[in-house]
Amino acid sequence: MKARPPLNNNGSKPAPPAARLPRCLTGILGLDEITGGGLPRGRPTLVCGGAGCGKTLFAAEFLVRGAVQFGEPGVFMSFEETDAELTSNVASLGFDLAGLVRRKKIVLDHVYLERSEIQETGEYDLEGLFVRLNHAIDSIGARRVVLDTIEALFAGLPNEAILRAELRRLFRWLKDRGVTAVITAERGREQLTRHGLEEYVSDCVILLDHRVHDQIATRHLRVVKYRGALHGTNEFPFLIGDEGLSVLPITSLGLNHKVSNERISTGIPRLDAMLGGQGFFRGSSILLTGTPGTGKTSVAAFFAQAAARRGDRVLFFSFEESPNQIIRNMRSIGLRLEPLVQRGRLRFHAARPTLCGLEMHLATMFREIAAFRPAVVIVDPITSLLTAGTDFETKGMVTRLIDFLKGGQVTSLFTSLTHGGHALQQSEIAMSSLMDSWLLLQDFEGNGERNRVLYVLKARGMAHSNQVREFLISNRGIDLVDAYIGPSGVLTGASRVAQAAREKAEALAGQQDATRRKRELERKRAALEQQIAGLRTEYETEALDLRRADEQAGTRMRVLTAERTELARLRQADAHRAAVHAPNHSQPRSR
Amino acid sequence: MKTRTVKRPKSGSPRRPAGAAAAAPARRRPAKLWQLRLYVAGQTPRSLTAFSNLNRICENHLKGRYDIEVIDLLEQPHLSQGDQILAIPTLVRKLPQPMRKIIGDLSDTQRVLIGLDLRPAR
Repeated sequence: MKARPPLNNNGSKPAPPAARLPRCLTGILGLDEITGGGLPRGRPTLVCGGAGCGKTLFAAEFLVRGAVQFGEPGVFMSFEETDAELTSNVASLGFDLAGLVRRKKIVLDHVYLERSEIQETGEYDLEGLFVRLNHAIDSIGARRVVLDTIEALFAGLPNEAILRAELRRLFRWLKDRGVTAVITAERGREQLTRHGLEEYVSDCVILLDHRVHDQIATRHLRVVKYRGALHGTNEFPFLIGDEGLSVLPITSLGLNHKVSNERISTGIPRLDAMLGGQGFFRGSSILLTGTPGTGKTSVAAFFAQAAARRGDRVLFFSFEESPNQIIRNMRSIGLRLEPLVQRGRLRFHAARPTLCGLEMHLATMFREIAAFRPAVVIVDPITSLLTAGTDFETKGMVTRLIDFLKGGQVTSLFTSLTHGGHALQQSEIAMSSLMDSWLLLQDFEGNGERNRVLYVLKARGMAHSNQVREFLISNRGIDLVDAYIGPSGVLTGASRVAQAAREKAEALAGQQDATRRKRELERKRAALEQQIAGLRTEYETEALDLRRADEQAGTRMRVLTAERTELARLRQADAHRAAVHAPNHSQPRSR
Repeated sequence: MKTRTVKRPKSGSPRRPAGAAAAAPARRRPAKLWQLRLYVAGQTPRSLTAFSNLNRICENHLKGRYDIEVIDLLEQPHLSQGDQILAIPTLVRKLPQPMRKIIGDLSDTQRVLIGLDLRPAR
């Protein structure tokens, strides 16, 4: 049996307080996390449940893992199944009991009790059982003991009073021996066990349950009691898989996974631009919802291709299409996934959703993820799994899946099919709150055609575009173009192209008009300038005339004055009067 | 006929092969030899009571045709598995077939006789 890689569900290890009870790791996937480190060491634990709950397997796994992984040999005392039956039963889980028995790691002891062969005469005790158990423990130095199902003694021994007293002594004795014991018991009608064993085993009680809901059976585990320790008290689904039990905590114990600031491309440059220019955060969870045929798988495939080309490993869970079909279909839009598959960068895992219950799907996914260790996980579509469980369960499963992936810094992209109509966004609310980014692909119907558009509804922790983009898929890939948003609404497809053409025509016309006006203006300016030049010429002519007239007038004045002076001098008679009347004027003139 | 009442708590070969033990006497007196085995755990008062009760009953009802083997599980714990011993003391009737088990200190003689098929159950 190979050792299972330890599951680190949420990247956190509960810090062990100094004073707490010593624990005994079970090695059962998930159980050690719920119980905070395993069962109480050196004490008996009661595992009860109805028929077919997996009690015996629980006990067997506890013992086998103890022997194989933790170096603690164990004794399996079976009151129901023979050694051979037990060995073959647990062989289906990959446990080699016979080999462990040969290597003296495990002792199998089948206690057979047939009431009809037994006659009771007087007092007795169960010292024989003690001797037997003691001998088995000593023979291999066992640290773990399983008693499966000790209640069979109630059917085999007539005196219940003695039996009860002896059981009390037995559990006391087990504690004194310091072995960690698992005691299985049938579920009773009004109490935990049919014969009230919980009265004796009071340190730790685990209840297993197997319920059928909508024709799908799910096993649940609950830690009813764990004396002196904190533990998850919820019901946890668990599975019996190829490698034993796995308990799956519905909610991880904390929300404290590491976060990365690294951004990874979506594979579609324009989409990266919408997401703050760099794409998604590494380790974030992305929801991609859309109505049928909007290109969800294509977007997922582009993301996968980009990641694989970057060197990341990508695990693609397909619940609707076969891997070959995806590869073929993606080739039609210019994606070559085949070489990536061959190089081991991309792995497909396809399964029908109805193949098994939700928990089984989840366990399968966990196992695939643990084996392949991808950096990117794509689930296409997550809604298919809704058919395998109720909404509540699906949400629980997605939560656990996301927790698990985030714990490992794995980027996850979930596509989700919504059915057309008004409730497009409401239907996903249950799931969307778990997602860091949410892209919505939608059909726009109008003018006799359908066109795809894409919105970024949310993208935690990054600036993102709030605009709608038209989403075009061609044989060269995916392209995002701005949708035309105008007074008549959002136009896409042919309408957008027509609108663009119209706008172009309008723009051209406008341009031509402007040119024409410019020319007109130019012409006007030329005319004006011409006019101005004419006016100026006219003005200059007039100014010249004026100046000339001025000059002529001045000349005439001077001539007149000179003539008058001459005349006065010639007359002389008035010279004196002239001197009296204007002494100041005439005098300097006379001088 | 030879009567053997053996108490062998420290026997080197604790359990004789059942076939051999049964075969030899069976040839002489088929279904007549009673082979009984008493399992105890230490010399407790209860086991001593059981042993003396067994001796008394055998002497009274099976005189001359019984063989008692006492096995102390504290000394030979591995023998508890073979006869599926849980209760102490346990008396096992190995022969005649079928095997019968009687648990307790054998103080109720009537029930011991019923258990050993020496007296039909009322």
